[in-house]
Amino acid sequence: MADQVYFEDVDEGAEIPNLMKNCSTQQLVLWAAGSGDFYQIHYDKDFAQSTGLKDIIVHGALKNAFLGQLLHEWIGEDGSIKKFGCSYRGMDDAKQDINCRGVVTKKYSDGGKNFIELDIWTENPDGKKTTPGTALVTLPSRN
Amino acid sequence: MAEQEVAESVITDEMREAIGKESAPTTLEVDKTGCRMFARSVGHTDLIFYDEEYAKSKGHRSIVAPPGFFGTPVFKPGGGRGEGPPGRGYSIPYKRVLNGGTEYEYQDSVCAGDTLTATTNISDFTERKGSIGPMLITERETTYTNQDGTVVAKMYGTTIQY
Repeated sequence: MADQVYFEDVDEGAEIPNLMKNCSTQQLVLWAAGSGDFYQIHYDKDFAQSTGLKDIIVHGALKNAFLGQLLHEWIGEDGSIKKFGCSYRGMDDAKQDINCRGVVTKKYSDGGKNFIELDIWTENPDGKKTTPGTALVTLPSRN
Repeated sequence: MAEQEVAESVITDEMREAIGKESAPTTLEVDKTGCRMFARSVGHTDLIFYDEEYAKSKGHRSIVAPPGFFGTPVFKPGGGRGEGPPGRGYSIPYKRVLNGGTEYEYQDSVCAGDTLTATTNISDFTERKGSIGPMLITERETTYTNQDGTVVAKMYGTTIQY
């Protein structure tokens, strides 16, 4: 885990450290078991092709969980995820880079808590945002 | 003909009446193995998702459920997954289904040892004509309540049929 990030150190417009992923077929099988989503388009190439896909594709919910990891690693031990999610706009292939990124869009304090709003997304090798989303987290204060 | 270009709504009265009605509850067990398995499949490296003693040393009740994990539905052979989320059973002319998106909103902590009860209701049906043709968009809201009766999280999901 990285060092603790504090509310005062975060500026609107700043990008948070990215998280790079690249799903092996084994990881997609692990996710199927971990999430309970056993739809075959994610691990059975013949089945995927029978539905018109070129090959197996990464689960949308796994990309959302990657964004959860991106946030978890950024906020450190004393931060907390309040809200996160994304839309599934594009398919990602296995064995291809998935770059998980986030940008701070707003910071404010309310009721003694320090909130940060972010745009979060995964990006494919062509730079297309395949899962654009938003998040709300709290961060500790230096004071 | 102009009249033919006006797409007929696939939303029936039965569907309209279902909006806002709560589903039968589903029980989900958040256990240590489930948390570890989910965390491992994502690639988490923080030990609060794997090691109970470590998690407790960081102030958590037990192993923490990783972001997006709300336990494993209790599976029974034959019974399958129960009736599933509402909105799947309606007779509509579209065959293909896409998961449109998911958002999680946390209100309290979720840790191994918790038993969650999930209820889902449809918040809206909408129709739109997109690049893939006419589509039906179903918005669902799931509420997760723990064994103490505390609402710990909500999930907002979108399903697209076309």
